[in-house]
Amino acid sequence: MTGHAEKAAPFVADDARVHWHDQALWFVRLKRDRQAESIPEWEALRDAAAAIKAHTLSRIADYLEEFERNAKTNGIQVHWTRDGAEHNDIVHRILADRGLTRLVKSKSMLTEECHLNPYLEARGIEVTDTDLGERIVQLRHEPPSHIVLPAIHLKKEDIGDLFHKELGTAEGASDPKYLTEAARSHLRQKFMAAQAGLTGVNFAIAETGGFVVCTNEGNADMGTSLPPVHIACMGFEKIVPRTKDLAIFLRLLARSATGQPVTTYTTHFHGPMRGGELHVVIVDNGRSAILGHETFRRSLSCIRCGACMNTCPVFRRSGGYSYGYTVPGPIGSLLAPLRDSHKFGSLPFASSLCGSCSDVCPVKIDLHHELYAFRQELVREKVVPLYKRFAMAVLSFILARPWAYRVAGSLMRGIMPRLPRVVVYGRWNPWGRQRELPSMPGESFRDLIKKESK
Amino acid sequence: MPALAAEDGKNSMPKVGLFIPCYVDQLYPQVGLATLRVLRRLGIDVDFPEQQTCCGQPMANSGCAEYTRPLAERFLKIFGKYDHVVAPSGSCVSMVRNHYAQWLEGRPAFDHLRTTTFELCEYLVDIARVVKVDGDFPSKVGLHMSCHGLRELRLGRSSEVMVKPFNKVRFLLGQLRGIQLVELTRSDECCGFGGTFAVNEEAVSCLMGRDRIADHEKAGAEIIAGFDTSCLMHLEGLIRREKKPLRVMHVAEILEGAKLS
Repeated sequence: MTGHAEKAAPFVADDARVHWHDQALWFVRLKRDRQAESIPEWEALRDAAAAIKAHTLSRIADYLEEFERNAKTNGIQVHWTRDGAEHNDIVHRILADRGLTRLVKSKSMLTEECHLNPYLEARGIEVTDTDLGERIVQLRHEPPSHIVLPAIHLKKEDIGDLFHKELGTAEGASDPKYLTEAARSHLRQKFMAAQAGLTGVNFAIAETGGFVVCTNEGNADMGTSLPPVHIACMGFEKIVPRTKDLAIFLRLLARSATGQPVTTYTTHFHGPMRGGELHVVIVDNGRSAILGHETFRRSLSCIRCGACMNTCPVFRRSGGYSYGYTVPGPIGSLLAPLRDSHKFGSLPFASSLCGSCSDVCPVKIDLHHELYAFRQELVREKVVPLYKRFAMAVLSFILARPWAYRVAGSLMRGIMPRLPRVVVYGRWNPWGRQRELPSMPGESFRDLIKKESK
Repeated sequence: MPALAAEDGKNSMPKVGLFIPCYVDQLYPQVGLATLRVLRRLGIDVDFPEQQTCCGQPMANSGCAEYTRPLAERFLKIFGKYDHVVAPSGSCVSMVRNHYAQWLEGRPAFDHLRTTTFELCEYLVDIARVVKVDGDFPSKVGLHMSCHGLRELRLGRSSEVMVKPFNKVRFLLGQLRGIQLVELTRSDECCGFGGTFAVNEEAVSCLMGRDRIADHEKAGAEIIAGFDTSCLMHLEGLIRREKKPLRVMHVAEILEGAKLS
């Protein structure tokens, strides 16, 4: 198991780049702060959002069925899928049955989670991601490094090089406006040629059977207005009971995600276009198991704003790829090991438990407490290596016995100053690689207090 | 001390159990002494029960719930009998207040312990009702708002939460004559200590620490002050390795020379 620390190492090693990445995301966090501050009832909105999500999760089957009934009435075809494989198969069949081979996609982390693109490409479908950031990482054959800002790990010079190679822009050109224009005309051709459009779903509304897609680039709207077939894929937790709930969530989402009052495009879909088809694919893919988990079910409240990533001091300094999962950062550090605790066992430890994620979360998931709690799962499942558990057993034995504690303390304070520096700061000591150890005092507090007059 | 009274309604002063976290006891005894002196100067009846060792946070932080249990149980046995428990550490107090329930829920004395264990600054402001800090401290000080004290004990408003700003630590230190509390670019970013995180994720931890130090330096701080010695130990380790002119100090050490009322 290569853990987060090892995967983060190359990113951390590039000091200039890591600080640039940190600063870029911190800038988004500050924009979020300004927007949140401008809403006097911000904290009340968070409370309401958390309550609506908790309520919805408590009777999610009812709401999903209500959604299905109403969606069908609207002429939407609803598909239920148990896992990523079923999801990919359904999407492929919708396309294949109609002989469609050119698909444009707007951003959907769910399809990343299900690895839809390679599945379709292997079956002769041309898939084009149309969100600019996603198109960039698609051209680089990389996954997104952030769920809202997929190419945040790249500088404009990197993109200039990529576009020169892939889109024929001038060599060395890195002017963002020039590069965006190039991407725009490239994508325009893809939109015009597309036979089907695929989008994610930000919110599906049970009482109307409609759903909402939020984007800033309008690419979801281009992709669903031109071709006659629209496929929308959603994890089942995207459901909200009522239209008026959007008044809470839409105010929180864009402000938390990018520090905008609202996304540039907030599109409500309530049925197929005239003569067209609208499919909604509802995906479980492990969500039921999370829903059944008392401690961690709240992670399903997540509205994928990415605020926990932007604020996380570890994410900003280790980059999205160090997590090795579709959703990185604090929320990903829960979702990933909930899926596979052995593969992603280091992620709950990739946090200083500072709690900034919990305070920034628009739906008040107590992320850092859940990460703390998940560490116990990992010990129970023996994912945490034996030597670490053994070290804690020894420490616990000593600390539970005042005499052993006193002896161990005096030995440490007595011996450490006498050891040669090469021994104290040897390879065994990760603390000392970049830090000095505290200078060892001759006496402990419990020794000194005896001399203290009352 | 009109605000302080024992919980049993008698007019006696409350009995305070001083909780000195293990690493403070062994490595930073001066912080323990400063805490003791600050409390005693207020006329508070302070007792240091010698059977105490550690709250168990290193084990809990590592996910080792069963190795934490004996320490939580000992803590309750040792400290459950006091009117108040006070510690110069936000993190260890948060352990008692926010995490001990897992092991101690339902024990008769636990509710009392959980609600009467305080970090030093919150004890001074909320319980001892200190309103005036009379003393000199002519230095430029950067305040490090350690995460657990900030976001788990709410010693101040964290920058993420949109409520009216407040800060109990700043309220105390800000009254000292000559003190200049410098403005940081990031008022409450984590320093990267994080307990076992400091060694499990050594590279990211040190990067976070250096970034914090750079922020304090840029703001012109001569001293980084905090209420959690663990974070200060991490920052001091980096400062000393890089031979920077900064110093770290616990809030108790700064308040030690002042008259609180």
